[in-house]
Amino acid sequence: MNEDLRRERDSASFNPELLTHILDGGAERTQRRKEIEALVLNDPDFQHEDLNFLSRSQRYEEAIRKSALMVVKLRKYGIADPDEIYWFKRCVHHGRAEPLDLHLGMFLPTLLTQATLEQQDRFFMPAWNLEIIGSYAQTEMGHGTHLRGLETTATYDPATQEFILNSPTVTSIKWWPGGLGKTSNHAIVLAQLYTQGQCKGLHAFIVPIRQLGTHEPLPGITVGDIGPKFGYDEMDNGYLKMDNFRIPRENMLMKYAKIEPDGTYVKPVSDKLTYGTMVFIRSIIVGDSARSLSKACTIAIRYSSVRHQSELKPGDPEPQILDYQTQQYKLFPLLATAYAFHFVGAYMKMTYYRITGDINEGDLSELPELHALTAGLKAFTSWIANAGIEECRMACGGHGYSRCSGLPDIYVTFTPCCTYEGENTVMMLQTARFLIKSYTQVCSGQLVSGMVSYLNDLSGQHIQPQQVAARPTAVHINDPASLVEAYKLRASRFVEVAAKNLQAELNRRKSREDAWNRTSVDLVRASEAHCHYVVVKLFTTQLSEINDAAVHAVMNNLCLLYALYGISKHTGDFLQAGILTDAQVTQVYQRVKELLAAIRPNAVALVDAFDFHDNCLASVLGRYDGNIYENMFEWAKKSPLNKTEVHEAFHKHLKPKQAKL
Amino acid sequence: MPLSLLMAAKEKGFQQSQMAQWNRSGYFRSSGSRDVNPDLETERQTASFSVERLTAILDGGADNTRTRRAVEAVIHSEPGFSRENQYFQSQNERYEAAVRRSVYLKEKMHQMGWTEDGPEIKYCYRALGGDLAFNVHRVFKNSILALGTDEQIAKWIPLADKYHIIGTYAQTELGHGTFLRGLETTAIFDISTQEFTLNTPKISAMKWWPGDLGRSATHAVVFAQLYIKGKCYGLHAFILQIRSLRDHSPAPGVIVGDIGPKMNFEHIDNGYLMLQNINIPRENMLSRFSQVLPDGTYVKRGSDKINYLTMIMTRIHILWIEVIPTLLKACTIATRYSVVRRQSKLNPGDPEAKILDYQTQQQKLLPLLATAYAFHFMNAYVNEFYNKGYTEIRQENFDSLPELHALTAGIKAIITEYCTAGAEVCLRACGGHGYSALSGLPFLYTKLAASCTYEGENTVLFLQTARFLVKCLAAVHSGQPIPPSATYLSSVDSGKCQARTSVDFLKPDIYAEAYRHRATRLLGNAATKLQGLVQSGAEQHEAWNQCTVQLVQAAKAHCHYIVVKNFIDTVEKLRNEAEIQKIVKHLCDLFALHGIFSNTGDFLYAGYISGDQIDMVTASYLDLLAVIRNDAVPLVDAFDFTDESLNSALGSYDGHVYQRLYEWAQKSPTNKQVSQAYARYLKPLFQSALSKL
Repeated sequence: MNEDLRRERDSASFNPELLTHILDGGAERTQRRKEIEALVLNDPDFQHEDLNFLSRSQRYEEAIRKSALMVVKLRKYGIADPDEIYWFKRCVHHGRAEPLDLHLGMFLPTLLTQATLEQQDRFFMPAWNLEIIGSYAQTEMGHGTHLRGLETTATYDPATQEFILNSPTVTSIKWWPGGLGKTSNHAIVLAQLYTQGQCKGLHAFIVPIRQLGTHEPLPGITVGDIGPKFGYDEMDNGYLKMDNFRIPRENMLMKYAKIEPDGTYVKPVSDKLTYGTMVFIRSIIVGDSARSLSKACTIAIRYSSVRHQSELKPGDPEPQILDYQTQQYKLFPLLATAYAFHFVGAYMKMTYYRITGDINEGDLSELPELHALTAGLKAFTSWIANAGIEECRMACGGHGYSRCSGLPDIYVTFTPCCTYEGENTVMMLQTARFLIKSYTQVCSGQLVSGMVSYLNDLSGQHIQPQQVAARPTAVHINDPASLVEAYKLRASRFVEVAAKNLQAELNRRKSREDAWNRTSVDLVRASEAHCHYVVVKLFTTQLSEINDAAVHAVMNNLCLLYALYGISKHTGDFLQAGILTDAQVTQVYQRVKELLAAIRPNAVALVDAFDFHDNCLASVLGRYDGNIYENMFEWAKKSPLNKTEVHEAFHKHLKPKQAKL
Repeated sequence: MPLSLLMAAKEKGFQQSQMAQWNRSGYFRSSGSRDVNPDLETERQTASFSVERLTAILDGGADNTRTRRAVEAVIHSEPGFSRENQYFQSQNERYEAAVRRSVYLKEKMHQMGWTEDGPEIKYCYRALGGDLAFNVHRVFKNSILALGTDEQIAKWIPLADKYHIIGTYAQTELGHGTFLRGLETTAIFDISTQEFTLNTPKISAMKWWPGDLGRSATHAVVFAQLYIKGKCYGLHAFILQIRSLRDHSPAPGVIVGDIGPKMNFEHIDNGYLMLQNINIPRENMLSRFSQVLPDGTYVKRGSDKINYLTMIMTRIHILWIEVIPTLLKACTIATRYSVVRRQSKLNPGDPEAKILDYQTQQQKLLPLLATAYAFHFMNAYVNEFYNKGYTEIRQENFDSLPELHALTAGIKAIITEYCTAGAEVCLRACGGHGYSALSGLPFLYTKLAASCTYEGENTVLFLQTARFLVKCLAAVHSGQPIPPSATYLSSVDSGKCQARTSVDFLKPDIYAEAYRHRATRLLGNAATKLQGLVQSGAEQHEAWNQCTVQLVQAAKAHCHYIVVKNFIDTVEKLRNEAEIQKIVKHLCDLFALHGIFSNTGDFLYAGYISGDQIDMVTASYLDLLAVIRNDAVPLVDAFDFTDESLNSALGSYDGHVYQRLYEWAQKSPTNKQVSQAYARYLKPLFQSALSKL
């Protein structure tokens, strides 16, 4: 092991394993996770060449191979628990998307929840056995966020008892669905249902798209890959165009809405369950934000302990770059953020399980709030992780830019989170809508509960503009609980400002929508402040659950850093609202710098606690043993440009022209 | 001569097909609306100013615009320069295409009579989006020109000019970048053979990253620690041959190759180089400023400070050739797409709204548009400093060097930082389609991302600017003269912002003063802290390290002020262009107010701006978004990028976003090549379903 890293590990003040247990949710779970990971890591079937050297087609092929194998092995090992499947899959695909994601994550579950028993008989077992592979085709080229705007049509023909599917315009071509381009032979297609001359809105249809046997597209179907992307090389995101393509009536998913043979439409009973699914997916994205940022921090912090550069003291050897304050200032707040987001993800998942428990007992009262608030948390965490990963990459200087660092890959794999499952700005505005609604409720004298209960303090009857600002400032900058209060005040002020500005726009006799649009910058700000408060609060709450004193001490510092750094980046908010004084702001800056120094000796142990196996990290710079330079050289030698000693471009272009010039 | 030749060719009339191609590229924009997406067309009809006139101003005169367009027309009419399939190419293919284009460009330039130092070359680079090889070859030549003796220049430069040799500039090592003194490559002089022996003593000393090194270069300027009779004389530059001119194989003792795939720049063969006892003649040390005599005597002559000038020039060069245009392109793509893309409804009953009509989308894109203009206009300012410095330095007067160095360091850092972040915002502002490589945005972003590191890592550069500023502040206190870019540090501060209404914040004096106040205060605080630590017994270097976070903030505030101030001055100078002055003034206001809005704490601190005043800033800022919204498309049209140079399915002039996306996707190799994935892995799975379905 590299000497610098050994020294860092020896001097840690706590046992990283204990922290790993906390992150995993218990020592037993850590052990089980490692067992599952070992199944993959020790399996030669899952070994392959470094993906950085493969073309897109090769990467796709490799992913398909591993995915098919994965499904077989999971069943062979009898791994059925969702978390365990997730661990296994994560290890097989290094956290990347893969062509069967939509089949396993959307096609199969949709069959379970929306198909009739007859349909399940026809489709589920073949799909379970991968004889049918399905994608989930919702988004169109011209339509994403606004579902009602989708243009694909399914027109019912009672004469033949078929639906006729059409993509009437170029903008209506299904675009982006994963696994659609090359892999799937079926798709669940969302289309506007027309029957008896009327549009009945969006419904889902099971559409065969490729011939079984030849895998050629069926007549009337145009399907293909949408081309290269920023990342997602393994994934054949596809397009699908349908021209008068007919499917039997029985292929509409009819557990809820139905079409009778004569074309009569039977309305669905309303269902709130979709809220639950969305909350669950968002909790996964928040967890992914934490995880991707943790990986990036692991790489950057290990590399910064091994890399030596310039001089701090004239005459001394070059110091580890982690000893520079500017480097600490880039990385440690991100490290704290990674931990904070981890706890947020865990909280969301736990709440989801608790509430779905309630659903089974019929109590759905908390779902709308949770749905509205998790929208913002998805956006808040993915935005910050997105920027943070890049910050980590840039903190690794030139070598961070090489794909051997693994950082470009983590970034391009993560960044679409800001867009899919709800574009972030749209998500923030959804949360804002809930905040404004809660605020209005409080103003009309009702109390609100849950994470927004702080709005009750805005004393319902008459809220003065200076209400919050006039509060006595008693923030203790070394007390996490007091900082939670400070964030709470900031959030309530921004909600109040947004609500008042919205009202002012409405008073100018603007339409509700117009007024909303003109206030949206304020509204997003209010949501961000609310989410920030929630994150600080959850991190702080987590502290009390840590029993080991040494771990508690270091986590307390991280929590303080997270809270104080956030303040230092938004001092204007706290100053303008009178939550902090100038003198306190100065103290905050100073305290942040002290905390950087305090965290420095534990930095490597804190990333070790994330417990990423080198294979999963896939980074030469982030190797556990720190032997970076030798391995960069070994890696580079395998580069495609080095396959021949003299590149053919020399013979083709350079040599013949040299004589002429 | 070359230009008149070109004009003549144009007069005679390019073929009809070429005219059509120009049209598609949007050359003859005045000729109107043929086949443009109506949503874009309406945006253009309501422009408050002449786009053509603004383009001329951005180009530095209508003559330049003409030359540029003529060059672009030549480049785009040649299929040999096409970048059409770029996004589908592998690293190997991109490298080969770049070499092909570069060799071809060399021929073309020769044919057209364009010279290496003529105005056309930068327009060629622009037209090709920089997708050329041999960029470091130019640095190789410049370093010989700067560091070589006349004989060395006479020997090497003609060979390099004709591509008979391809050079690289090998400075950075695997374990060493920023800190040059830490480089480990050695060059030991042997009096008996009159040769230097070059060695890579350990793995961290391997040269790593130099462009054109991996596959192309035949020669390299290598930086190494010079040893004579056991004594180290520090870093010097040596020319050595690394590959055979006959068959291109590596020279004996040379281990050279490509460093592997990167985030971008895959067309460039960044390389590694390991040297094992390579002997080169004494004459191959670049000896303008220091020489080793046959008996081993080391002679230094003149100051090599002029070398800094090369570095500064390179730094400036990349900003306006590579960095800023890339942000301009990203803005063009995102803005055009945002008026073509419709999403959700603003009013019930209306059709879905253009996404640029959403305030949140405006807030993402329009401040970037203002930033793009702000940075573009910095060109004149920086050049003025550079030319003054250049003249003085040529006369061996180095007084202005520290300022020039500090200024360009900070400007480079702030521009690359903002442009990189900005391109990423553009990418995400285009939703899912921005993530497609075909949008062009991933390419632009990843290109910019490298600029924060190359030519000086940004944090290191900000700290160099800060060091200069701390000295300036000391000069203020001791009553000594202060360099022009920092004179503001000595002016008197009113301590309170004078604005009374939100309209007051549209007065340049008001916001300039606010930025000045902020820069002065942050620098003052950092310097005070630094001094305090030293006085309380900390060692200088330790005190410095403990203040670096603050010092970086101070340097950023200084640069921000300079950019704002220069924007204001630029608006002033447009007084004869009423319409254009008006819209540029709006952009200037937006740039300044967005900066305050995004950093309220810096201005609120110590009550310089009150809470009420911040609300006024916010109000003015939001109003400006709506105003600039109306001219957003004309403002990006004025950048006048050809479709070929944008290379984006989302950003083309005609706005046919969806058709283009669909057509381009069909060209993807994943849709053409027969993948083994089906036959090998999927077919066996699907077979068993046949019998059941």
